[in-house]
Amino acid sequence: MMALRTPLAGARGLGSAKSGFSHWWMSRVTSIALVPLSLWFVFAVAALGGMDYAAFVAWVRSPLVTALLILSLAVTIYHMMLGLRVIIEDYVRPEALKVTGIIVMNFISILIGALGIIAVLKISLGAGS
Amino acid sequence: MAPRPRPLSPHLQIYRLPLTVVLSISHRITGAFLVLGVLLLVALLVAAAAGPQAYAAVHGHVAAWYGQLILFLSTFVLFFHFCNGIRHLAWDAGYGYEYPTVNLTAYVALGATVVLTLLVWIVAITAWWGS
Repeated sequence: MMALRTPLAGARGLGSAKSGFSHWWMSRVTSIALVPLSLWFVFAVAALGGMDYAAFVAWVRSPLVTALLILSLAVTIYHMMLGLRVIIEDYVRPEALKVTGIIVMNFISILIGALGIIAVLKISLGAGS
Repeated sequence: MAPRPRPLSPHLQIYRLPLTVVLSISHRITGAFLVLGVLLLVALLVAAAAGPQAYAAVHGHVAAWYGQLILFLSTFVLFFHFCNGIRHLAWDAGYGYEYPTVNLTAYVALGATVVLTLLVWIVAITAWWGS
Protein backbone atom coordinates (compact mmCIF):
# COMPACT_ATOMS: atom_id res chain seq x y z
CA MET A 1 0.00 0.00 0.00
CA MET A 2 1.25 3.43 -0.92
CA ALA A 3 1.92 5.72 2.00
CA LEU A 4 0.27 9.05 1.28
CA ARG A 5 1.01 10.43 4.74
CA THR A 6 4.43 11.48 5.89
CA PRO A 7 6.01 9.58 8.82
CA LEU A 8 5.81 12.85 10.78
CA ALA A 9 2.03 13.02 10.27
CA GLY A 10 1.79 9.46 11.56
CA ALA A 11 3.98 10.19 14.57
CA ARG A 12 1.90 13.23 15.48
CA GLY A 13 -1.13 10.98 15.62
CA LEU A 14 -3.25 13.22 13.43
CA GLY A 15 -5.71 11.84 10.93
CA SER A 16 -7.67 8.63 10.96
CA ALA A 17 -6.46 5.68 13.01
CA LYS A 18 -8.84 3.35 11.11
CA SER A 19 -8.85 1.76 7.68
CA GLY A 20 -10.87 4.37 5.77
CA PHE A 21 -8.04 5.29 3.46
CA SER A 22 -7.47 1.68 2.41
CA HIS A 23 -11.21 1.32 1.65
CA TRP A 24 -11.22 4.51 -0.42
CA TRP A 25 -8.05 3.52 -2.26
CA MET A 26 -9.19 -0.03 -3.13
CA SER A 27 -12.49 1.36 -4.36
CA ARG A 28 -10.50 3.54 -6.82
CA VAL A 29 -8.07 0.78 -7.81
CA THR A 30 -10.93 -1.65 -8.55
CA SER A 31 -12.77 1.04 -10.54
CA ILE A 32 -9.66 1.61 -12.68
CA ALA A 33 -9.40 -2.16 -13.29
CA LEU A 34 -13.10 -2.24 -14.20
CA VAL A 35 -12.72 0.38 -16.94
CA PRO A 36 -11.18 -2.08 -19.44
CA LEU A 37 -12.84 -5.18 -17.90
CA SER A 38 -16.42 -3.89 -18.06
CA LEU A 39 -15.97 -2.46 -21.58
CA TRP A 40 -14.61 -5.81 -22.73
CA PHE A 41 -17.39 -7.75 -21.03
CA VAL A 42 -20.34 -5.72 -22.33
CA PHE A 43 -19.10 -5.50 -25.93
CA ALA A 44 -17.95 -9.16 -26.02
CA VAL A 45 -21.35 -10.39 -24.80
CA ALA A 46 -23.13 -8.05 -27.23
CA ALA A 47 -21.02 -9.45 -30.09
CA LEU A 48 -22.16 -12.99 -29.19
CA GLY A 49 -25.55 -12.19 -30.69
CA GLY A 50 -28.30 -14.66 -29.75
CA MET A 51 -26.25 -16.37 -26.99
CA ASP A 52 -27.52 -19.91 -27.62
CA TYR A 53 -26.06 -22.55 -25.29
CA ALA A 54 -23.36 -23.91 -27.61
CA ALA A 55 -22.10 -20.46 -28.58
CA PHE A 56 -22.08 -19.25 -24.98
CA VAL A 57 -20.20 -22.30 -23.68
CA ALA A 58 -17.68 -22.16 -26.54
CA TRP A 59 -17.07 -18.49 -25.76
CA VAL A 60 -16.55 -19.08 -22.02
CA ARG A 61 -14.12 -21.95 -22.78
CA SER A 62 -11.61 -19.80 -24.62
CA PRO A 63 -8.73 -19.44 -22.11
CA LEU A 64 -8.55 -15.66 -22.46
CA VAL A 65 -12.31 -15.34 -21.91
CA THR A 66 -12.16 -17.69 -18.90
CA ALA A 67 -9.40 -15.60 -17.34
CA LEU A 68 -11.06 -12.26 -18.06
CA LEU A 69 -14.45 -13.50 -16.79
CA ILE A 70 -12.93 -14.69 -13.50
CA LEU A 71 -11.02 -11.41 -13.07
CA SER A 72 -14.13 -9.38 -13.95
CA LEU A 73 -16.23 -11.29 -11.43
CA ALA A 74 -13.63 -11.02 -8.66
CA VAL A 75 -12.97 -7.31 -9.17
CA THR A 76 -16.67 -6.49 -9.65
CA ILE A 77 -17.66 -8.32 -6.46
CA TYR A 78 -14.88 -6.58 -4.51
CA HIS A 79 -15.91 -3.17 -5.89
CA MET A 80 -19.56 -4.00 -5.10
CA MET A 81 -18.69 -4.95 -1.50
CA LEU A 82 -16.81 -1.67 -0.99
CA GLY A 83 -19.71 0.36 -2.42
CA LEU A 84 -22.48 -1.48 -0.57
CA ARG A 85 -20.53 -1.09 2.67
CA VAL A 86 -20.58 2.71 2.30
CA ILE A 87 -24.31 2.69 1.54
CA ILE A 88 -25.01 0.55 4.64
CA GLU A 89 -22.75 2.76 6.77
CA ASP A 90 -24.60 5.88 5.59
CA TYR A 91 -28.20 4.75 5.97
CA VAL A 92 -28.48 1.87 8.44
CA ARG A 93 -29.06 2.59 12.13
CA PRO A 94 -28.68 1.54 14.94
CA GLU A 95 -25.03 0.51 15.12
CA ALA A 96 -25.71 -3.18 15.79
CA LEU A 97 -27.91 -3.48 12.70
CA LYS A 98 -25.33 -1.60 10.64
CA VAL A 99 -22.46 -3.90 11.65
CA THR A 100 -24.63 -7.00 11.18
CA GLY A 101 -25.73 -5.73 7.79
CA ILE A 102 -22.14 -5.21 6.64
CA ILE A 103 -21.12 -8.71 7.76
CA VAL A 104 -24.14 -10.37 6.11
CA MET A 105 -23.58 -8.33 2.91
CA ASN A 106 -19.93 -9.43 2.84
CA PHE A 107 -20.87 -13.11 3.31
CA ILE A 108 -23.54 -13.04 0.57
CA SER A 109 -21.26 -11.14 -1.82
CA ILE A 110 -18.44 -13.66 -1.38
CA LEU A 111 -20.93 -16.51 -1.90
CA ILE A 112 -22.19 -14.95 -5.15
CA GLY A 113 -18.62 -14.35 -6.32
CA ALA A 114 -17.63 -17.94 -5.51
CA LEU A 115 -20.70 -19.28 -7.37
CA GLY A 116 -19.89 -17.19 -10.44
CA ILE A 117 -16.20 -18.12 -10.54
CA ILE A 118 -16.86 -21.83 -9.92
CA ALA A 119 -19.51 -21.82 -12.66
CA VAL A 120 -17.01 -20.28 -15.11
CA LEU A 121 -14.39 -22.89 -14.13
CA LYS A 122 -16.87 -25.74 -14.48
CA ILE A 123 -17.90 -24.61 -17.97
CA SER A 124 -14.32 -23.92 -18.95
CA LEU A 125 -12.87 -27.18 -17.65
CA GLY A 126 -15.36 -29.31 -19.48
CA ALA A 127 -18.54 -30.20 -17.58
CA GLY A 128 -22.01 -29.69 -18.98
CA SER A 129 -21.50 -30.26 -22.69
CA MET B 1 -34.05 39.80 20.48
CA ALA B 2 -35.32 36.71 18.66
CA PRO B 3 -32.67 34.07 18.11
CA ARG B 4 -31.27 34.01 14.61
CA PRO B 5 -32.93 31.15 12.63
CA ARG B 6 -30.71 28.17 12.19
CA PRO B 7 -29.54 27.38 8.64
CA LEU B 8 -31.71 24.77 6.94
CA SER B 9 -30.87 21.91 4.64
CA PRO B 10 -32.30 22.24 1.12
CA HIS B 11 -36.01 21.37 1.21
CA LEU B 12 -35.93 18.38 -1.12
CA GLN B 13 -39.50 18.81 -2.43
CA ILE B 14 -39.04 22.50 -3.28
CA TYR B 15 -35.34 23.03 -3.95
CA ARG B 16 -34.46 22.40 -7.59
CA LEU B 17 -31.46 20.11 -7.40
CA PRO B 18 -28.48 21.18 -9.54
CA LEU B 19 -27.42 18.70 -12.23
CA THR B 20 -24.23 17.87 -10.31
CA VAL B 21 -26.32 16.83 -7.28
CA VAL B 22 -28.63 14.67 -9.42
CA LEU B 23 -25.63 12.91 -10.94
CA SER B 24 -24.03 12.45 -7.53
CA ILE B 25 -26.99 10.61 -6.03
CA SER B 26 -27.56 8.79 -9.34
CA HIS B 27 -24.05 7.38 -9.06
CA ARG B 28 -24.97 5.68 -5.80
CA ILE B 29 -28.40 4.54 -7.02
CA THR B 30 -26.99 3.09 -10.25
CA GLY B 31 -24.24 1.36 -8.26
CA ALA B 32 -26.84 -0.32 -6.07
CA PHE B 33 -28.93 -1.23 -9.15
CA LEU B 34 -25.91 -2.94 -10.73
CA VAL B 35 -26.02 -5.54 -7.94
CA LEU B 36 -29.03 -6.93 -9.87
CA GLY B 37 -26.86 -7.11 -13.00
CA VAL B 38 -24.24 -9.13 -11.09
CA LEU B 39 -26.96 -11.49 -9.80
CA LEU B 40 -28.33 -11.94 -13.35
CA LEU B 41 -24.86 -12.70 -14.74
CA VAL B 42 -24.05 -15.22 -11.99
CA ALA B 43 -27.48 -16.87 -12.47
CA LEU B 44 -26.77 -17.25 -16.20
CA LEU B 45 -23.28 -18.69 -15.53
CA VAL B 46 -24.54 -21.14 -12.89
CA ALA B 47 -27.34 -22.25 -15.27
CA ALA B 48 -24.85 -22.74 -18.11
CA ALA B 49 -22.63 -24.80 -15.80
CA ALA B 50 -25.65 -26.96 -14.86
CA GLY B 51 -26.35 -27.84 -18.50
CA PRO B 52 -28.42 -26.97 -21.58
CA GLN B 53 -31.88 -27.34 -19.94
CA ALA B 54 -31.11 -25.03 -17.02
CA TYR B 55 -29.45 -22.56 -19.38
CA ALA B 56 -32.46 -22.60 -21.71
CA ALA B 57 -34.80 -21.82 -18.79
CA VAL B 58 -32.81 -18.74 -17.70
CA HIS B 59 -32.04 -17.71 -21.27
CA GLY B 60 -35.76 -17.84 -22.11
CA HIS B 61 -36.35 -15.08 -19.56
CA VAL B 62 -33.34 -13.09 -20.77
CA ALA B 63 -34.51 -13.34 -24.40
CA ALA B 64 -38.12 -12.38 -23.56
CA TRP B 65 -39.19 -8.73 -23.97
CA TYR B 66 -38.96 -8.01 -20.23
CA GLY B 67 -35.51 -9.63 -20.06
CA GLN B 68 -34.32 -7.52 -22.98
CA LEU B 69 -35.81 -4.42 -21.34
CA ILE B 70 -33.94 -5.19 -18.10
CA LEU B 71 -30.75 -5.79 -20.13
CA PHE B 72 -31.18 -2.48 -21.96
CA LEU B 73 -31.71 -0.58 -18.69
CA SER B 74 -28.74 -2.45 -17.16
CA THR B 75 -26.40 -1.39 -19.98
CA PHE B 76 -27.59 2.22 -19.64
CA VAL B 77 -27.13 2.13 -15.87
CA LEU B 78 -23.75 0.42 -16.18
CA PHE B 79 -22.48 2.99 -18.68
CA PHE B 80 -23.74 5.86 -16.53
CA HIS B 81 -21.89 4.48 -13.49
CA PHE B 82 -18.87 3.89 -15.79
CA CYS B 83 -18.80 7.44 -17.24
CA ASN B 84 -19.61 9.22 -13.99
CA GLY B 85 -17.05 6.98 -12.26
CA ILE B 86 -14.36 8.27 -14.62
CA ARG B 87 -15.49 11.78 -13.62
CA HIS B 88 -14.95 10.79 -9.99
CA LEU B 89 -11.48 9.43 -10.80
CA ALA B 90 -10.57 12.77 -12.41
CA TRP B 91 -11.74 14.58 -9.25
CA ASP B 92 -9.69 12.17 -7.11
CA ALA B 93 -6.65 13.09 -9.20
CA GLY B 94 -7.40 16.76 -8.47
CA TYR B 95 -8.96 17.85 -11.77
CA GLY B 96 -12.31 19.29 -12.79
CA TYR B 97 -13.60 21.01 -9.65
CA GLU B 98 -14.10 24.46 -11.25
CA TYR B 99 -17.66 25.66 -11.63
CA PRO B 100 -18.16 25.60 -15.41
CA THR B 101 -16.12 22.38 -15.69
CA VAL B 102 -18.26 20.30 -13.29
CA ASN B 103 -21.37 21.09 -15.31
CA LEU B 104 -19.60 20.45 -18.61
CA THR B 105 -18.30 17.04 -17.49
CA ALA B 106 -21.79 16.21 -16.20
CA TYR B 107 -23.22 16.72 -19.71
CA VAL B 108 -20.26 14.87 -21.27
CA ALA B 109 -20.84 11.90 -18.94
CA LEU B 110 -24.56 11.82 -19.80
CA GLY B 111 -23.84 12.12 -23.54
CA ALA B 112 -21.18 9.39 -23.41
CA THR B 113 -23.65 7.15 -21.52
CA VAL B 114 -26.22 7.49 -24.32
CA VAL B 115 -23.61 6.97 -27.06
CA LEU B 116 -22.07 3.87 -25.42
CA THR B 117 -25.51 2.36 -24.71
CA LEU B 118 -26.63 2.84 -28.33
CA LEU B 119 -23.28 1.54 -29.61
CA VAL B 120 -23.42 -1.69 -27.59
CA TRP B 121 -27.01 -2.33 -28.74
CA ILE B 122 -26.08 -1.70 -32.37
CA VAL B 123 -23.31 -4.31 -31.92
CA ALA B 124 -25.76 -6.71 -30.22
CA ILE B 125 -28.51 -6.34 -32.82
CA THR B 126 -26.02 -6.61 -35.71
CA ALA B 127 -24.53 -9.79 -34.21
CA TRP B 128 -28.01 -11.18 -33.62
CA TRP B 129 -29.03 -10.61 -37.27
CA GLY B 130 -25.77 -12.19 -38.43
CA SER B 131 -26.15 -15.35 -36.34
